[in-house]
Amino acid sequence: MMSSVRVQTEDFDVSAEMLTLRKRNPKIGAVASFVGVVRDLNDGDSVSTLTLEHYPGMTEKSLEAIVQQAKERWDIYDALIVHRVGTMRPLDQIVLVIVTSAHRGESFQACEFLMDYLKTRAPFWKKEVTQEGERWVDARSSDDVAAKRWEQAK
Amino acid sequence: MRIKVLFFAKLREVFGVGSEDLDISTDECRVSSVLTQLRDRGDVWADELGDDKSYRVAINQEMTSEDLLLKEGDEVALFPPVTGG
Repeated sequence: MMSSVRVQTEDFDVSAEMLTLRKRNPKIGAVASFVGVVRDLNDGDSVSTLTLEHYPGMTEKSLEAIVQQAKERWDIYDALIVHRVGTMRPLDQIVLVIVTSAHRGESFQACEFLMDYLKTRAPFWKKEVTQEGERWVDARSSDDVAAKRWEQAK
Repeated sequence: MRIKVLFFAKLREVFGVGSEDLDISTDECRVSSVLTQLRDRGDVWADELGDDKSYRVAINQEMTSEDLLLKEGDEVALFPPVTGG
C-alpha cells in the first residue's frame, strides 16, 4: 500500500492520475475521486482570480497525516491528494483526491473524509480578487461541522 | 532563548513580515509568552492577536491549541483558520 501527496502550481490530469494509482493493483475494485474547482461567484461577488498560499513543509506533513488516518479507519489500498497553489481562475481545478479500495463503500467514505479534514487541517489560505478588490476568504463554520462528523462516526 | 516565528496569509500581510527570529527573555517560554511579546508591540500586533481574534498556532509544523513549552530553535507559526480545498 502506498500513498502520495503533492503540492504544485501546475494543473493535473484526473484520468492520468487515476490510471497511475490503479494500474499497480489488480485487487482494486473501486476508485472514488473528488475534484475541487474555482467558482466565479463567492459571497455574492464575482471572482476573477483566486490565489492559494500555503505553509511549505507543514502542508505536506499534514496531508500525509490525514491520509494515514484514512488508512487506519478504512480498508483502502491507495490515496492520492494533489493540491494546487498560486493563482487560478474560475473553471480551474484546485484540488484532487483519489482513493482506491476493493469495494466502493470504503473509497467513497475515505474520499469525503480526506476532503473534510483537508479543509480544516491543511495550511492553505485563499485570497480572491473580486470587483470589490482583494480579500482573504474566511473559514466557513460548515467546514468545521463537516470535519467534526467524522469524530462521532465509526 | 531564540525561536523562529512565521506568519501566513492575512497575518503576514498585516504585519508586513513572513518570518523573524524572536528572543524571549522569560525563563520559561510558552506559546503564550510569544503571543504576549508580539502583542506588546501594540498597533496591528495587539489588534490581530487580540483575544477576540481567531487565529491558529502551529509548533514545529503541527497545529496545537495548548500553551506548550517551547525550546531553543522551535518554529512557531501563526495564521488564520485554514481555507484550502
